[in-house]
Amino acid sequence: MSPPVPELSDDEFFYGHKACAGCGGSLAVRIALKVLGERAVAVLPAGCMSAVGFNFPQLCFANNAIISTFAGTASMMTGIEAGLRARGITDFKVVGFAGDGGTADIGIQALSGAIDRGDDVIYICYDNEAYMNTGTQKSSLTPFGARTTTTPFKGNVRDKKDMFEIAAAHGIPYAATASVGYLNDYMRKVAKAAEIKGTKYIHVIAPCPTGWGAGSDETIELAKEAVDCGLWPLAEYENGEFTLSMRAKDPSLLDGHIRRQGRFRHLTSEDMEHIRELRDRRWDRIERKWNTDQRRRTQ
Amino acid sequence: MTREFISGNDALAQGVRLASPKVISAYPITPQTTVVERLSEMVGDGSLDAEFIHVESEHSALSCAIGASAAGVRTFTATSSQGLLYMAECLPYAAGGRFPIVMMNANRSVALPWNIYGDQRDSLLLLDSGWMQAYAQDAQEGLDLALMSYRIAEDPEVSTPFMINLDGFRLTHTYEVVEVPDKESADRFLPPFRPIGSIDFKDPQNIGFSAGPEHNVFFKYKAHRAVLRSRSAIAGSEKAFSDIFGREYTGLIEEYRCEDADHILITLGSASGLCRHAADAARSEGIRAGVLRIRYMRPFPAEEIAAAVSGAKSVSVLEADVSFGGSGAVFSNVGAALFSAGLSMPSSNYIGGLGGRRISQGDVRRIFSDMAAGKTGVRFIGIEEGLQ
Repeated sequence: MSPPVPELSDDEFFYGHKACAGCGGSLAVRIALKVLGERAVAVLPAGCMSAVGFNFPQLCFANNAIISTFAGTASMMTGIEAGLRARGITDFKVVGFAGDGGTADIGIQALSGAIDRGDDVIYICYDNEAYMNTGTQKSSLTPFGARTTTTPFKGNVRDKKDMFEIAAAHGIPYAATASVGYLNDYMRKVAKAAEIKGTKYIHVIAPCPTGWGAGSDETIELAKEAVDCGLWPLAEYENGEFTLSMRAKDPSLLDGHIRRQGRFRHLTSEDMEHIRELRDRRWDRIERKWNTDQRRRTQ
Repeated sequence: MTREFISGNDALAQGVRLASPKVISAYPITPQTTVVERLSEMVGDGSLDAEFIHVESEHSALSCAIGASAAGVRTFTATSSQGLLYMAECLPYAAGGRFPIVMMNANRSVALPWNIYGDQRDSLLLLDSGWMQAYAQDAQEGLDLALMSYRIAEDPEVSTPFMINLDGFRLTHTYEVVEVPDKESADRFLPPFRPIGSIDFKDPQNIGFSAGPEHNVFFKYKAHRAVLRSRSAIAGSEKAFSDIFGREYTGLIEEYRCEDADHILITLGSASGLCRHAADAARSEGIRAGVLRIRYMRPFPAEEIAAAVSGAKSVSVLEADVSFGGSGAVFSNVGAALFSAGLSMPSSNYIGGLGGRRISQGDVRRIFSDMAAGKTGVRFIGIEEGLQ
């Protein structure tokens, strides 16, 4: 049984920062800290959230927070968790917030090490699908077709790496995907992660209006649509099983979802067909291998 | 106190045990491995109450130690060579964050070509990383430095990470009789760690932030000043150490027959014993030779070196390091110290022991003859004179 969606606290732990208008990543951090509360210790590597939140003397975390090296989010979390425990402190949560590049590229080794050791930490990847802090360069979580400043013409030729399943393949106690468009589901997953012993991995899709070529008022719509059209399945991995959190509401939303984003504007109809194929192939596998019957509707 | 016949790595591990770090994170690399093997045994058998974290890389080893230090506990890690370079990003990070982490580095050559034996190119490459750096000359000093390093690094005026260097194999794997202090005396020497600005739930901290052009210099200056101030912490630590354990150390440098020497050879690490023997031999043949052993490369003993060599006719540096197209790092530091002090005697730099190559007493004896003959420049021991 999943815990209920926690009530949204009035406490703010991440404010006064310099994120772009409509930033999905800052919402993911803010909401997770509201769920985890003042006993959360936040670790953020180089990336958007540390760049906008840690500018001396304008420091934007009301809880304990630290910047790690780019590659060292998970290993620094390990050290903090072990250190606080060694001091005899028990009621705390170490939470990491790393971007897609910081997680799936440069930070994957340390993350894999932490999961392997079973360190009692919550690792949240806020995925805005490119190196946005440095001006939208391709990461291994940039989707097929997306134009970035390092894939400037045809766009990215590969599909996203599946970090959720990579985390799960470690035999992690808990992994989940989430979206800042479905905050109740995200909050429930963060709250659930906080109750589970061992390493927890939550991968939250967090649109970046600046890098995606969308309006700053479109973030939530885009984050909902990505789920609704089936591009970003919301799911959990627990006790060796994948469970779908909610079905894609309307697969036909895909074209409009892609077309409204500037980063995809150059795509041909063949490219669009390829994106559809990638999505449908994924869903074939989900239907075969995941627990989709006992799906929980969280909205 | 017990007397034990143990290796340099074993001695170092004993020193770490006596310092009681709470978190140890390490990744294996030759010739550091037996340090972390001993420590994991101690943690396993309960003789050391610490968490041993099996990190998946050296980068994570130091990143984890930084995290634990930020959480407010005493930490230890150890590495060598490629591992030190792999974690290099985390070194200035730890220094800039003022985390008083202690790390043992087993001095080893760096690839290419691959080589597992001892030279000092690894740690000297990281000389500018903001860490204090000490070089032991024997296993006993390794153990003693492990204890002293925490007291120095954790001094509130210092709060800077500390690297203890032991020459790979020559020290790490050589067995010597070592005095191992008892835990009670060690506790009297080393007070419990009192962290500064660490994670605090009553007064939450933002740690490790960005500081732009306007403020950056203040943080850098404070870190620089902290390492300068470690001089008094080192002196205080050695005084207390001598009071409790009866062993004397001589600060940033150690002089041997320098007071009346015409020709002073400066070196560091395990080669210094050999150099002292060679100096004795040179003196018996009429060359007034002296040896100055650098114990600390950071803080750098510029004034001490200048004072010790001010009456000499020539100075040479023997080191297991070279910066291609330049000289050894120790020589360039010594040269700057002499220049700043207005000293301009002839000087030379001998690159010896690269990749663990043996240096003989005859090699060092020839350095003294070269000095007496007025030879200068950068020379490689083991390369024919005609090729230099």
